[in-house]
Amino acid sequence: MKFTLKVWRQDGPEAKGRFETYEANNISDEMSFLEVLDVVNEDLIHAGQVPIHFDHDCREGICGSCGMMINGQAHGPQRGTATCQLHMRKFQDGATIVVEPWRAASFPIVRDLVVNRSAFDRIIEAGGFVSVNTGSAVEANTLPVPKQVADAAMDAAQCIGCGACVAACPNGAAQLFTSAKLQHLNLLPQGQAERWERTENMVETMEEYFGTCTNHGECETACPKNISIDFIAYMNRDYIKAKSLNRKLAGQGLE
Amino acid sequence: MAQATPRSTVEAAVRPIRKRPKPLPWPLSLYQTYVGKKWVMAITGVIGLLFVAGHMFGNIKMYMGEQEFLHYAEGLRTVAYPIVPEKFLLWVARLGLLGALVLHLHAAFSIWNHNRKVRPVGYQSRRDYIAADWASRTMLWTGPIILLFIAFHLADLTWGVEAVNPDFQSGEVYQNVVASFSRWPVATIYIVANVALGIHIYHGAWSLFQSLGVNNPQINQGRRIFAALFALAIVAGNVSFPLAVLLGIVE
Ligand code: HEM
Ligand code: SF4
Ligand code: FES
Repeated sequence: MKFTLKVWRQDGPEAKGRFETYEANNISDEMSFLEVLDVVNEDLIHAGQVPIHFDHDCREGICGSCGMMINGQAHGPQRGTATCQLHMRKFQDGATIVVEPWRAASFPIVRDLVVNRSAFDRIIEAGGFVSVNTGSAVEANTLPVPKQVADAAMDAAQCIGCGACVAACPNGAAQLFTSAKLQHLNLLPQGQAERWERTENMVETMEEYFGTCTNHGECETACPKNISIDFIAYMNRDYIKAKSLNRKLAGQGLE
Repeated sequence: MAQATPRSTVEAAVRPIRKRPKPLPWPLSLYQTYVGKKWVMAITGVIGLLFVAGHMFGNIKMYMGEQEFLHYAEGLRTVAYPIVPEKFLLWVARLGLLGALVLHLHAAFSIWNHNRKVRPVGYQSRRDYIAADWASRTMLWTGPIILLFIAFHLADLTWGVEAVNPDFQSGEVYQNVVASFSRWPVATIYIVANVALGIHIYHGAWSLFQSLGVNNPQINQGRRIFAALFALAIVAGNVSFPLAVLLGIVE
């Protein structure tokens, strides 16, 4: 297969960027999108030019670093797939493919397709953890968790923090990421002790860095882990509760 | 081999775009964040939905003739009378609706004002949206159209402003409607505005469930259907009135 790539090149955070056009020849339909960038970079390096910078690590859809906008869609055209697992058979031979970095005030471009996603870390630091000494694992039956709850928590826990939800959102909102990181803990017994502080702090930190949700639903279609906007609804409900509860009674579900 | 990649010297620093607010006492604290504002927006949106539904349903009385319609208008002024003074509940409803409208507009403005800051450099290539539909992306257009329409509608049939409705006679509710809708430019304004309202409701009446956190696999399928039927009923009812006058069905 053959492709023409139009790739965003930007030499640094403050530099002015531009699209540059590259030809990628001899591409197998089994290659991933990142491998095509590797092929183009080989050529660039041989020609003594600066290769295209892009973030990547696991190349198996679990680290969340490989995000980029491909033909106007986050992680490209295939649903529920990170760029590293997007195969070239999804594209027409001879097609022109436009590649751009995520765009958001809180995802500043480091270089070319690489953005700084550390605003996500600020949200996690605000409460995306359970701060109890759990010791060794307790006997499973001491903490009964209904199957549906465990499934929902696992669905939320799949978030890999790639930023596609923010990138795809017309409002640059981080609700899908935040709600996933919130609800995988809020749904489970171990997450209850800090549930209301966590909700308040993570939501309010999210609003320091990102836009806010108007329920377009675009994030859900961009998410490589198919996180559902149901979690955003749960987060909204938990937030209003967090602001209104008598927390003195919140320990045993007495609220 | 020489290092092919000159490193950039400027750090891509991440700075907050908004300060976290100092908490005000409850319930004002609910309105300090955008998640809270969206909740207020949904509650005030529900008030608006109840109003437009009641308003449309009441106006169907015009198909039952002038007497019935006048009687209905009279009834609105005397709800719960003589327990409360005449027009008392009418004014309670009016003030409540005004309050809801002001909050709804303020929340919409404030969300818009925040969201326009979060992507200072937009996408340089064409975006390809999957889920964000026409209705959800035009809320900020259909909303102001509705606002202008509310002003026009009050001037036309509530206050009877000379420039808008020269034939207006206080108390002659039925004749005022007929006189107004007989003018095709006025009828057109009503039809266009109500289509805009229908589009606004199509997104809003679905979106409010998410904003309020009403999400349950048992009803999630039904939320879209509810929003579509609600919007359809409001548009069909409200558009039928000017058409009925223009076609001579109501005269
Ligand atoms: C007066 C002019 C109006 C303006 C400027 C306006 C504006 C808006 C805007 C900008 C949104 C937010 C959309 C979003 O964030 O996705 C919205 C949502 C909504 N509007 Fe309005 N609107 C107006 C009137 C109305 C009326 C008359 C109704 C009643 C039918 C209504 C019902 C709703 C509902 C139910 C929502 C959804 C709330 C939510 O998602 O939580 N609006 N409106
Ligand atoms: S919610 Fe999905 S799109 Fe957003 S950061 Fe997590 S994995 Fe990526
Ligand atoms: S490289 Fe790890 S998710 Fe794509």
